[in-house]
Amino acid sequence: MDVVLWAQTAWDWAVGAVEFIGTRFPSYLEGAKFTVLATLGGAALGFVLAMVIGIAGTTRSRALRAVATVYTETFRGVSALVLMFWAAFAIPNVTSFTFEPLTAGIVALGVNIGAYGAEVVRAAINAVPRSQVEATIALNMTWTRRMWSVILPQAWAQMLPTFGNLVIELMKATAVISLIGVTDIMWSADLARSSTFETVYAYGWALVMYFVFAQILVFLMRLLERHANRRLGRASGTGFWSLLRPPSITTAGGAR
Amino acid sequence: MVWDWEFTGQVLPDLASGLWVTVQATVFGYAIALVLGLAVALLRRLPVIGTLVFAVFEFIRSTPLLVQLVFVFFLVPGAVAPLTVGILVLGVHYSAYTAEVYRSGIEGVQKGQWEACRALSLPAHRVWGAVILPQAIRKVIPPLGNYLIAMFKDTPLLFAIAVPELLSQAQRVGGQYFRVFEAMTMVGLLFILVSVPSAILIRRLERRYAAV
Repeated sequence: MDVVLWAQTAWDWAVGAVEFIGTRFPSYLEGAKFTVLATLGGAALGFVLAMVIGIAGTTRSRALRAVATVYTETFRGVSALVLMFWAAFAIPNVTSFTFEPLTAGIVALGVNIGAYGAEVVRAAINAVPRSQVEATIALNMTWTRRMWSVILPQAWAQMLPTFGNLVIELMKATAVISLIGVTDIMWSADLARSSTFETVYAYGWALVMYFVFAQILVFLMRLLERHANRRLGRASGTGFWSLLRPPSITTAGGAR
Repeated sequence: MVWDWEFTGQVLPDLASGLWVTVQATVFGYAIALVLGLAVALLRRLPVIGTLVFAVFEFIRSTPLLVQLVFVFFLVPGAVAPLTVGILVLGVHYSAYTAEVYRSGIEGVQKGQWEACRALSLPAHRVWGAVILPQAIRKVIPPLGNYLIAMFKDTPLLFAIAVPELLSQAQRVGGQYFRVFEAMTMVGLLFILVSVPSAILIRRLERRYAAV
């Protein structure tokens, strides 16, 4: 009897979920567009900032190093949501300058992730063997040449896995931009809940979408990592299925 | 418009009460994360249950905290305080991270230690309690400390479920007097004021207790 009841409940639940997804899918797809935009924009800005600030942190100039330290310490200490509120509400409060909500979100997330990324870049550059640097000096290479063709290619393979984790963290962090009015997946879920009162389906489906995005990112990052390792002639898993090995440990989000 | 110092002083008590809620959420959430994370790391080693636990926590780890917060907030009965919901969700979310940290620590214990336990035929509770965990946990104190800071910086998300923490307080008083700029800037400063010294404190503790 109980088994029958349970099967009935499960069946009803499945039918309800399918019905819910069928009607709300376009709204979630529209939201997904903004989640992807925010992830791409934040990752691009964060990457550029991480490279510039990270390299500045390894130079001999004391002023540049000080700038890098102040930047990383400040933006690793503040939460991305606070930065976002600051950009979205505080700046328009005192100036005539207003951000689009999506731009405010991208800037806040990019600046935040850039601070973590800068530390990753700095660590990776410092991890390049000393002899490599000495060789570039012996060959009388210019600074640009040394960075571009010797140090960065080696540091790249070192920083990729951590960058990958940061981008996944960033993708998850984009959920907060709904709080400043961007119509992302989270927004679609809020909308679905308030119009259908189906809390479990509304947020459950959002969770599933974020999960799928995270898995796609993990897969793409492995492709990139494998490419970087191959170029350096380092061994890595072979074949398509090796890309599906269990995920490595996430260290992002707390790289303080 | 220029910075209004008088207003800044006026809203400080409100912000301080928000900061207190933020700190409470962090401390209790972190306690849950430390204990539950260890339990998850150990459960993951069991045959069938382990795979199930792994799947559940992998899902928690790959989905945003904000969505989880709102999801649980709307599911539990209204009688449960938002702060309680916030602490629970924060704790469970971060336990998915700390479990990975513990796991790496346990896997980092040398094989010889396990072999020695077997050679001495120690009972399981002694193996874990006296040999493996003391070494594993000392090794992972630095990453665990990182997650304390990370969690502190994630507490503004409780804003979404109406917990009167720092960001909500700032939003409220700032909106009341149309001076969001001062309120929000103070929030940022307070965050730095708490997180940078605690990062330094954690580094000190590490130097004393963590094994290299």
